[in-house]
Amino acid sequence: MSTLEEVRASSPVAPIDVERVRADFPLLERSVHGKPLVYLDNAASAQKPRVVLERLQRFYTEINSNVHRGVHALSQAATEAYEGARETVRRFLNAGDVSEIVFVRGATEAINLVASSFGRQHVGAGDEVLITTMEHHSNIVPWQLLCESVGAHLTVVPVTDSGQLDLEAYGNLLTERTKLVALVHVSNTLGTVNPVKGMVALAHERDIPVLLDGAQAVPHMKVDLQELDCDFYALSSHKAFGPMGTGVLYGKHKWLESMPPYQGGGEMILSVQLDKSTFREPPGKFEAGTPSVAAAVGFAAALEYLEGFGGFDGIIAHETSLLARATHGLQQIGGVRLFGTSTCKAAVLSFVTDWAHPHDLGTFLDQEGIAVRTGHHCTQPLMKRFGVPATTRASFAFYNSLEEVDTFVRALEASREFFGA
Amino acid sequence: MSDLRELYQELILDHGRKPRNYRALPDARSADGYNPLCGDEVHVFVKLDGNVVEDVSFQGQGCAISTASASLMTQMLKGKTVTEATELFQTFHDLVTGRKDDEESRNKVGKLVVLLGVRAFPVRVKCATLPWHTLQAALNEKKTPVTTE
Repeated sequence: MSTLEEVRASSPVAPIDVERVRADFPLLERSVHGKPLVYLDNAASAQKPRVVLERLQRFYTEINSNVHRGVHALSQAATEAYEGARETVRRFLNAGDVSEIVFVRGATEAINLVASSFGRQHVGAGDEVLITTMEHHSNIVPWQLLCESVGAHLTVVPVTDSGQLDLEAYGNLLTERTKLVALVHVSNTLGTVNPVKGMVALAHERDIPVLLDGAQAVPHMKVDLQELDCDFYALSSHKAFGPMGTGVLYGKHKWLESMPPYQGGGEMILSVQLDKSTFREPPGKFEAGTPSVAAAVGFAAALEYLEGFGGFDGIIAHETSLLARATHGLQQIGGVRLFGTSTCKAAVLSFVTDWAHPHDLGTFLDQEGIAVRTGHHCTQPLMKRFGVPATTRASFAFYNSLEEVDTFVRALEASREFFGA
Repeated sequence: MSDLRELYQELILDHGRKPRNYRALPDARSADGYNPLCGDEVHVFVKLDGNVVEDVSFQGQGCAISTASASLMTQMLKGKTVTEATELFQTFHDLVTGRKDDEESRNKVGKLVVLLGVRAFPVRVKCATLPWHTLQAALNEKKTPVTTE
């Protein structure tokens, strides 16, 4: 069982025990402005379970040292932990080989790496890179920079009124000039889960490689890279309950092997002479300088924690209830316009109200201890598509409770009264 | 009064909902202001008669605070000299950023005191000052947009 659709279509799955889960996340115990924290900004960054914090603490108190080529015990232990984390990532995402897992700073750097290295190698004057209107700025700007520098063009798959990709347009936009498709797996603003497996297959029919931005997918559903068959996959640790400062670029070996380095420096070389250097095999070739070792090790702890649920079915069942309850609650209030009404979406609610600007609403909710994000969510082209400058976004994680949904809905109702609508 | 009610006083909600002087002014000096944090934008138009503000207006999309601030600003500036307008902005800026809080300054900015609730909400100070920075840019015929960054 892997996709949201499959889980929702199946016989009822027992949702996770949210109270037990909440006890694993120390930060959730705090209050804000004298009210219990209701953290609904998970799409921006998720909270960390205790096991992650303990792993970080253990790394720094027991084995902290630099990785690779150290002969002393600590360096060997740190290297083992770091390479062990790489294997955990591989297993979690079911990548074919551990050499396909490159540690980077986050999804943004992963995409920049591909734009810079693969892009300059494979995209030339007159070529096209195909993106979509619902991309995060991190999956737009690197391609704009690439296109500008090599004289290529950005082509864009439009978004329908319900916040889904126009798949017919997608098919037509795959041309012999398309050198890469760069596409978001789950929209951070709309929650839409794109049918990426089919989209990858369609691009592959024309020998076009596909990069998926999976930053918002990994925290919510099983991602099986061999099944998706994408060429690149980008993700951030901190959105998936791991530490900030690390993330992963998955790349198929056939691409990583032939791509030039992204940055030069220590760690990524085989030998350096003053006139020429040779580079390590992937993934080392793409990891110049000292990596965020502790963060990578902490990220592995987060993934192991998720594995402890024995798959995503229970998480999806719970998040589906959260989304249904929140959607219903907002619709009951009236005067709320929701963006992203696909039947296949993650637990993200983006909306505007007819009584307050998102920024004012965000301040009001914050006073109630409720953390939401307001603004364009780094998706300005999508905001333009829907004709609004900003929305309020409540994004849920599996540790959010149904009671928190009710608190959020009640606060929204109260805001309506407060702002005098 | 709670911090929140202090921030959203009735006058602010009123100007936020029904902004005054919300229109374009043809043949006026103008400038654009952006708040990249929230995607808000404001366009300020100012027409001078010699050294005196003959008319001033604005358009744009923004929160209650920035809309009310722009609306109140347009009401206060008509008939003021450029120097007086700049002084008013400076005093307002000092008050709203907490640099000053004396009786004389408060008297000077008149009904703009309703905006001082933002001092309890540091991230919202920029909402209140953006229209004023944009006004300065319009007066100085600055072509590049103003941002809150």
